[in-house]
Amino acid sequence: MLQVVDLECVRGDRKLFSGLNFELHPGELLHLYGHNGSGKTTLMRAICGLLRETEGEVRWNGEAIRKQAEDFTRHVVYLGHKNGIKDDLNGVENLRVACALDGVPISEERAWTALEKIGLRGHEDLPTRVLSQGQKRRVGLARLLAHDAKLWVLDEPFTALDKAAVGFLQTVIREHIDGGGMVILTTHQEVTLTEGQVKRLQLGWKEEGRV
Amino acid sequence: MFDTYLTILKRDLLLAMRRRSDIFTTLFFFVIVVSLFPLGIGPELDTLRLIAPGVVWVAALLASMLALERLFAVDFADGTLEQMLLAPQPMAVLVLGKVTAHWLITGLPLVLMAPLLGIQYDLSLTALKVLLISLLLGTPALSLIGAIGAALTLGLRGGGVLVSLLVLPLCIPVLIFGAGAVEASVSGLGEAGHLYMLSAIVVMALFLAPLATSAALRVSAE
Repeated sequence: MLQVVDLECVRGDRKLFSGLNFELHPGELLHLYGHNGSGKTTLMRAICGLLRETEGEVRWNGEAIRKQAEDFTRHVVYLGHKNGIKDDLNGVENLRVACALDGVPISEERAWTALEKIGLRGHEDLPTRVLSQGQKRRVGLARLLAHDAKLWVLDEPFTALDKAAVGFLQTVIREHIDGGGMVILTTHQEVTLTEGQVKRLQLGWKEEGRV
Repeated sequence: MFDTYLTILKRDLLLAMRRRSDIFTTLFFFVIVVSLFPLGIGPELDTLRLIAPGVVWVAALLASMLALERLFAVDFADGTLEQMLLAPQPMAVLVLGKVTAHWLITGLPLVLMAPLLGIQYDLSLTALKVLLISLLLGTPALSLIGAIGAALTLGLRGGGVLVSLLVLPLCIPVLIFGAGAVEASVSGLGEAGHLYMLSAIVVMALFLAPLATSAALRVSAE
């Protein structure tokens, strides 16, 4: 279970949010929304531990993530604006390196299968520098298929993806939640995933109002 | 843990193999700087023998600065650094993997080239041997110490110059004992003392620098 307690984050001299509290249980999806610059990415990075919070803390299973360090990060996959892939490596190499670093090494066949599933058949052995924006995104997203982490933190996962890929990614996220996983997500696109039974959290409405 | 170290090491070596220009820039810089001195000073063997250790060592120091800026900058730009920070392994291990690769790519070729360049300065065979050993011990320390500077200046504009300003003063002990070893051997005092000091510096850097670097990376990557 993920708990955010009285969280406050300041970037430069701007306070993005303060006194933020919420909980996320297994099988739940949290949809973060708010206008550009309202602190969605900052909050996600703070939850992962990439960014140091000014006040409050993030707890994983009741204990602050700062104290758990590697015991926490092995349960998290974070996908940010940057894809986290190397331009000079091909899809298979990228995926295998990423998984090995995450502590879940995968075989070459498994990497091929994961990339094929995410729609990169025929492009697996090209250096990712020659791939299109959406294809690069897919290489980054392929990690989700090969990973067994509990908590997925996805910052705008649908950008640059085509309709089919958006649909597929939604199924993957849905399956993860049904299997007892947790997902925190931001998106500006209208996707069916964020309708219905999901937690929603709006950032940045206090001072500036809705956009 | 060792697996992760190897993964990063192999990845960075593979990347370097696909982008060979990085390797050759440092090496050529070193070769050219060292070769310019005999041309500028003239063919007086006594003077050349005297300045050889200092020149080779200063050139090695500057050459290793040259490649530092890119050590973490590329990983930072493409987001892989973030992923490394989130990997369930101690960051210091990953840093050590990166620094090892960096040394193999930029440091080792320079060490192997040094005796050949030493001939231009009419160094004796023993002096060349000591030069090789001192560089072999010293350049890993330069890479390790340099990594701290590279991590601290990550994402800053004009980081390249700043790295040199931060790191060069820290490298002075390495320079003193590295060049000193060759001088001591030439003058017949025996190089052992200097080499022991160099080894001590490497061991300390090996232990402390990855920790300092990973702390600096965490701050810079915010």
